[in-house]
Amino acid sequence: MTFAAPLHNKSIRFRARSFVAFTLTPEAPIADWLEGLDRWIANSPGYFNGRPVVLDLNVLQPGPEEIAALVGVLGSRGIRVYAIELEGAELGPELPPLLAGAKEATAEGLLGRAARKARAEELEAAAEERVHAAQMTQSTAEAPQAEVSPIEMSGDEPVDPELARLEAVRIELAQSDTAQSGSTNAGQGAADMSAAAGTLMIKAPIRSGQSVFHPHGDVIVLGSVASGSEIVAGGSIHVYGTLRGRAIAGSEGNVSARIFCRKNEAELLAVDGWYTTAEEMEGTSRGKAVQAFLDNDALCVVPLG
Amino acid sequence: MGKVVVVTSGKGGVGKTTSTAALGAAVAKTGKKVALVDFDVGLRNLDLIMGAERRVVFDLVNVIQGTAKLSQALIRDKRLETLYLLPASQTRDKDALTEEGVAEVIARLRSVFDYVFCDSPAGIERGAQLAMRFADEAVIVTNPEVSSVRDSDRIIGLLDARTMKAEQGELIQKHVLVTRYDAARAARGEMLSIDDVLEILSTPLLGIIPESQDVLRASNLGSPVTLSEPINSAAKAYLEAARRLEGEDLPVVVPFERKGFLDRLLGRRAA
Repeated sequence: MTFAAPLHNKSIRFRARSFVAFTLTPEAPIADWLEGLDRWIANSPGYFNGRPVVLDLNVLQPGPEEIAALVGVLGSRGIRVYAIELEGAELGPELPPLLAGAKEATAEGLLGRAARKARAEELEAAAEERVHAAQMTQSTAEAPQAEVSPIEMSGDEPVDPELARLEAVRIELAQSDTAQSGSTNAGQGAADMSAAAGTLMIKAPIRSGQSVFHPHGDVIVLGSVASGSEIVAGGSIHVYGTLRGRAIAGSEGNVSARIFCRKNEAELLAVDGWYTTAEEMEGTSRGKAVQAFLDNDALCVVPLG
Repeated sequence: MGKVVVVTSGKGGVGKTTSTAALGAAVAKTGKKVALVDFDVGLRNLDLIMGAERRVVFDLVNVIQGTAKLSQALIRDKRLETLYLLPASQTRDKDALTEEGVAEVIARLRSVFDYVFCDSPAGIERGAQLAMRFADEAVIVTNPEVSSVRDSDRIIGLLDARTMKAEQGELIQKHVLVTRYDAARAARGEMLSIDDVLEILSTPLLGIIPESQDVLRASNLGSPVTLSEPINSAAKAYLEAARRLEGEDLPVVVPFERKGFLDRLLGRRAA
């Protein structure tokens, strides 16, 4: 009697998915770099908890033993290295796997390698431009507001040419952008992706336990954000109801991101990793309409209007 | 086609089972055919509140596993002939429930009854999710306490994401039922106000059930308060909530504390 192996017609399907991870780029001397990292962690404890971190070693170019030591040192700080970026390296199975072909996540979308370099130059140029613009506004301070900028939101600072440029680029990139951004867990049906602006508009309230993750743009919530929920946005966060949950803006390193809400009862507000908790806001900005923004690496929460 | 209503809350001990029994009995009193389904497999209670614990032979798990027919497991209420109970199993756990099995049981109940009330277990795990899975409407039972309200908010999020109706892009109708409302404590500011609860949950109000010893007593005697003591204030609130559930437009009155002569004399005031 013979047994024939059963024939499986069904083939295995492989699917590709892209995820967004934080990248740490250690620089020599490593001791100084670690010291800086520790200061940062002391400022934002728990920031790396459960977040995938990729180690970019193209700058440092360490040897295999050094890599192992570095992964260990980071592990002791609660940072789990998921993968390593190092061109031409061959790592043993005891180290995290190698990754290549990374794209930079920005407010405009994901940038390839060439675009990354171009963007670095652009940013420099924009910084110069900004200085220039600041000088300009000083001399034209009497000019009517309406002429200054259509996208200005706070009314208390000069036009930001960088912001204007981002707005323009975002519209072009909108098509490719929608695939990467989306809300997780939250009622997908309620989330209306207005692709044209790279903005995620959520018309329903955000319930406790829901988490909205939108790494490449602004998030607008028309309802309230419940205690025990979380919004993570690459850009700014606007809440037209009461904000009782956690709002994390500029999550991909955008220092100009802001958080606006009609009533601030938030558990935590964070911009670009700098955060403040409900306890710290007690008595000053709680219960009011506020905006939160970064001013020289300090998170300011000030009443609106 | 009957309507399937899940009674849920997230938090335990807020009055899901009591409310299921009271609302179910109130609707059945109007002549509608009502089935109460206990989804709290392993910790069943609804049979006790309905006073049917000594008549349970088969249960929901038996029906799902095919060891009993639905008609054998359904227990008819002795007081109301339009009211039926499908008890949960006390000896199995929630893993005995399968989605296909629950779907079939609900579909068959829906074809026979006008209303099917699903009494959800506490929590947000499998049992609670299966209880809400095939619902058309949801009654979210909430106490005016911060923890209860936050858990209810979480449940509303799940209702909007995990129910069959929500997955098909339809809206599941939701109602908040505030139970154990203590007018005296609310007046002193020791409880969340109704406005606070509704503002947080942004969901329409089905009714406010005052905290009452009579509700507890009725539960312990195995009779829903709407059947045993219909003149009681809590029973009245349940009866009105049931009418609203059936689509009637009744204004909700927030219970207030009747102040005694002495209170007024001593100048006690609400905070």
